[in-house]
Amino acid sequence: MVKFAVVVFPGTNCDFETEMVIRKAGAEAERVWYTTSLKDFDGVVLPGGFSYADYLRAGAIAARQEIMEEVKEFAHDERPVLGICNGFQILTEAGLLPGALRPNKIPRFLCRWVHLRVNDIETPFTSLYEQGEVIRMPIAHAEGNYYTEDPSKVRVVFQYSDEKGNVTEDANPNGSALNIAAVANEKGNVLGTMPHPERASDRFLGSEDGLRLFRSMVEWAKM
Amino acid sequence: MKWKVAVIVRLKEGLNDPEGRVIGKALGNLGYTVENLHVPKYFEFELDSENPEEEVEEMCKKLLANPLIHSWEYRIEPVS
Repeated sequence: MVKFAVVVFPGTNCDFETEMVIRKAGAEAERVWYTTSLKDFDGVVLPGGFSYADYLRAGAIAARQEIMEEVKEFAHDERPVLGICNGFQILTEAGLLPGALRPNKIPRFLCRWVHLRVNDIETPFTSLYEQGEVIRMPIAHAEGNYYTEDPSKVRVVFQYSDEKGNVTEDANPNGSALNIAAVANEKGNVLGTMPHPERASDRFLGSEDGLRLFRSMVEWAKM
Repeated sequence: MKWKVAVIVRLKEGLNDPEGRVIGKALGNLGYTVENLHVPKYFEFELDSENPEEEVEEMCKKLLANPLIHSWEYRIEPVS
């Protein structure tokens, strides 16, 4: 059975539910402290939270810990690397994804459900979605305003949209360029998402749309 | 008259600065020998005032700093 590491830094707080959902998606998962080696794993997930209390910039300190050298090897070897929320911030700070996550346009913490348009189903994380499908997940962040010098050059995976899938200014919660909510690297094996798929993986929580992201990832890791 | 003002607010010496400690440690992980790193706050703005020094001092006491835990310094120059 394929096995994923859920990396825990001081201040990470979405690790338990992320581990649980990976298991629900059909793989083994283990929460590992950031000083642990990743050599026994087939993929890495950096869950959400507030690593190092967001000191300096969100994700900046975690991105410079030794374990990230191993995560870079995963990225390079085309094994799956998923960063959720603070994990996305860590991946941009580590240079594994393009761009930066700036404070929200209206500078406050946003915690609510959003609609997302699936823009790229060719990644290992989105193969079970349909192109242009509209899904629902929650966001919970203060620094989710995606910025990059040329957003047309990045691989946009999810965009904030209205419930019909229209990518409009009104549907953009945080001021992100092109309403970008999730991006992948060129090869597609590294994904960063501000919305939390693990919080949308149980119908009793209001949506199971996020579970397919984990199922896609697990199916791909099995190949 | 218009002035260009720069203010630095820092924690008073001896107070616990966890953010500074964590950033210093992260630089240590990158191979640098760093001690006593602190993260002061730096403000710059333009001010229209007849008594700039007095007003900036007030601003520090009223808002930019907490006099209990911070010290501050500033530079005031006429806008050219």
